[in-house]
Amino acid sequence: MMAEEKKNKGAGRGKERAGAIARYTLLSIWALIVLFPFYWMVLTSFKSYASYNSEYVPRFVATDPTVQNYKSAFTEVPLARYFTNTFLFTIITTALMHVVIILAAYAFSRLKFRGKNAVFALFLSLMMIPNELVVITNYVTITNWNMRNTFLGLILPSVTSVFYIYLLKENFEQIPEELYKAAKVDGTSDLKYLLKVMIPISQPTIITITILKVIECWNSYVWPRLITDDKNHYLVSNGIQEIRESGFGRDNVPAMMAAVVVISLPLIILFLIFRKKIMAGVSRGGLKG
Amino acid sequence: MKVVLEHLTKRFPNRNKKIHTEVVAVSDFNVEIPDGQLVGLLGPSGCGKSTALNLICGLETPTEGKIYFDADDVTELPPEKRGVGMVFQNYALYPHLTVRKNIMFPLQNFKGEDKLTKEQMNERVMEAARLVQIEELMDRKPSEMSGGQQQRVAIARALVKMPRLLLLDEPLSNLDARLRLQTREEIRRIQKETHITTVFVTHDQEEAMSISDFIIVMKDGVLNQMGKPQDVYDHPVNLFVAKFLGTPPINVFAGMVLDGGVYIGSDCIYRGSKLKDQEVWIGIRPEGFILKKDGALTCDLKAVEVMGRDTSIVCENEALTGQPTVRAIIPAETPLETKSGKVRFDIKPSKLYLFDKQTEEVLEDIR
Amino acid sequence: MKKSLKETGKGWLYLLPALLFLGIFMVYPLIDVLVYSFEESYNFASQSYTGVGLYNYKYVLRDPYFIQALKNTFIIVIITVPVSTTLSLLVAYLLSRITKLKELFQTVSFLPYVTNTLAVGLVFMILFKKTPYSDGMINILIRFFGGESVDFIDGPYWAKMMVMCIYTVWVVMPFKILILTSALASVNETYYKAARVDGTSSFRIFTRITLPMISPMIFYLVITGFIGAFKAYSDEVALFGTDLNKAGMNTIVGYVYDMLYGDSGGYPSYAAAAALILFMIVFTITIFNLLISNKKVSIGGGK
Repeated sequence: MMAEEKKNKGAGRGKERAGAIARYTLLSIWALIVLFPFYWMVLTSFKSYASYNSEYVPRFVATDPTVQNYKSAFTEVPLARYFTNTFLFTIITTALMHVVIILAAYAFSRLKFRGKNAVFALFLSLMMIPNELVVITNYVTITNWNMRNTFLGLILPSVTSVFYIYLLKENFEQIPEELYKAAKVDGTSDLKYLLKVMIPISQPTIITITILKVIECWNSYVWPRLITDDKNHYLVSNGIQEIRESGFGRDNVPAMMAAVVVISLPLIILFLIFRKKIMAGVSRGGLKG
Repeated sequence: MKVVLEHLTKRFPNRNKKIHTEVVAVSDFNVEIPDGQLVGLLGPSGCGKSTALNLICGLETPTEGKIYFDADDVTELPPEKRGVGMVFQNYALYPHLTVRKNIMFPLQNFKGEDKLTKEQMNERVMEAARLVQIEELMDRKPSEMSGGQQQRVAIARALVKMPRLLLLDEPLSNLDARLRLQTREEIRRIQKETHITTVFVTHDQEEAMSISDFIIVMKDGVLNQMGKPQDVYDHPVNLFVAKFLGTPPINVFAGMVLDGGVYIGSDCIYRGSKLKDQEVWIGIRPEGFILKKDGALTCDLKAVEVMGRDTSIVCENEALTGQPTVRAIIPAETPLETKSGKVRFDIKPSKLYLFDKQTEEVLEDIR
Repeated sequence: MKKSLKETGKGWLYLLPALLFLGIFMVYPLIDVLVYSFEESYNFASQSYTGVGLYNYKYVLRDPYFIQALKNTFIIVIITVPVSTTLSLLVAYLLSRITKLKELFQTVSFLPYVTNTLAVGLVFMILFKKTPYSDGMINILIRFFGGESVDFIDGPYWAKMMVMCIYTVWVVMPFKILILTSALASVNETYYKAARVDGTSSFRIFTRITLPMISPMIFYLVITGFIGAFKAYSDEVALFGTDLNKAGMNTIVGYVYDMLYGDSGGYPSYAAAAALILFMIVFTITIFNLLISNKKVSIGGGK
């Protein structure tokens, strides 16, 4: 009896260990698939043009690492320019968007006014409209306004998001009514209440929205491509496409990879620092949509 | 400061938009709250007491009627101009601010000549904190404090601007039983120290009775009775007030008056009523029963609950209405014979009330 | 009354910026795109048109480039949505069953989400591309296992489609893994304990308890996955360059943009018609999905 029990237990433990090994093996394979492209781009970016082209079977280490590619990335193509453009575009768009959506969310959640429900219903129905549908007219509008190749033209169509207004409104509504009453008793104005109480309390949601918007801005490609054909106004996505099609004499893969590394780094660094916040934010933001 | 409410009425449109009748939350309220007193506004939930408080505070404007603070008509003034401090049921502390900043918040709204310097603010904040004894918690956030401590912060925040009137909305309902006792003593102490006229809303009659100078009993937006707690308890003006005050609650029997005798079923429990013959509601406080072998009222014994100081006798009587059992509280040392399954009581006349069968107004209150 | 009027004014004032932006860049374009799609032979330069009718739709539906784009888009949708969802479920499940190094694996899994898809697409292209100098990493691997090397970027259609799908799956998985991981974590432990007490096998626990509990989340991911895959475009550009028609790898969204702008551009009417066709397809499929999910998802496990 005892012996048999022991044996069963032993078998169970063995099975468990096998399971654990299988789980870790599979996850490691997945991690490898995810990381390999990153490894490859970093690796390649440190290989010299000559050594890259001489390796018929690519080596997994850079035998003669060089930073020449990074120099070329900043000198031969206007990478720094693309970078500054994207940086400005991201910051201005995100900041403007916050002003617009915070005011709207506040109106929907805290103020009582005629027509509120009707407008809100309209807003909700706009959430279903895909961007692809409105891009055509926006392209025409911005062109007619002579705003092609300007920052305004890049920024304006993306400063509102119905979804973020909705997300923030939900959050504002969770703040107890009593806080508002308490502030009223103390003679706090609506605007001061919004700035001093609601925004600080809703900070986690605002951070979530900021994260999502920054990622969106940094990676945006379609709209900038439509609205800019002057390299001075390219964002990094368009820049990388430009580099791929005509920069570095097309075949200088190591230099391209250096550019890719430079472009990918900011978001990756941001991600590694705010890992938990970003993951929580994306899962929150993604869920309610 | 004295607060006078004259014909104060608040009607809300019905939430269901299809019904056009209005909901009357407060109806023709006439009250004078004396200066420097602690007044408990008491009533079951939904009776309009919170609305009454919001009207006094200025968060709501009355449909009709006037509000005076001393001689000033404040009916149309916004809350911040009335000089009131308010403590909310859930404390309404700003979760992102420390205790110090929470208490300072109202002061930062002062404008013009009222504007305070940083030092003055700090001084006022510390003063308020000292009053409610939270000086050592000043740098905590609300989430790092117990309910009782949060309550103190809320009171400090209401007091810091030196209001003429302090309003508390269900100040104790979010606290556990032990803290509730402690905190209500605390509120009493603070009120006595500051002499600020204070109105607090509660649905807990024990709470209101224990610390108020005056209580106001409300039902369905209507003021039923105002007076000193003991007076209201001893001399309720109607069946509702009688039932609402006291634990365990008053026992109510369907009975009648016949030739000056008060009858429950066939038992005559009191002689000498001045009322003419009629059916009445008979109210007897639990402490109004005297256990006696040949007592006037006979009940079927159900259970005896020993509570140390007193004994609670649970029994049944056919004429009882409202609750399922009669509760009689008798001193613990009274010997009790339980074999027969019957108990008999005499009734203390001072604990006996007769109410009109229809209007439920008190008819006879034997002193 | 006065007070409520003031309040109303204030409310609209706070809403004004949002209303302005939405009006100009969302509501008006919505109406406008419909108008465009029915205006025949619209001329961008003179902003004039010759008639009103269904010609634009007919043109688009007969355009071989559009047919190719439609076909490509459908293949991408049909392959990547189920594959990415299943793989994500597997990874999320594995993640939920380990304790050591869990955070590390979670972080790694999420990494592609925060990268610029165009930039990483370039890396994928390098890995799969065959050049005079090298067959590329992937081909060397294939040859190592005894296969025949293929040019995945400029080669046969199926090879290009394969890279396309692999890259799309790589790009969309992080989000799905994240959502499924939190869905799995939200399943109450006691169900598992109860099942284990009854001697239920892991597989049975997964299929009979876990899956039904997280099914609303899975359906949510499938629906959003469909919508997202139908809008595929920039991943294609990343791999095959901006001239997708030449590569034969265009998608519906790509077709819309090509019609609007670029070498073959200047036809907003065709673009509008194509965009509306896309919208109708996505709309129909979403409704269809919702109907199925309403029938099948009975137990609510998700938050």
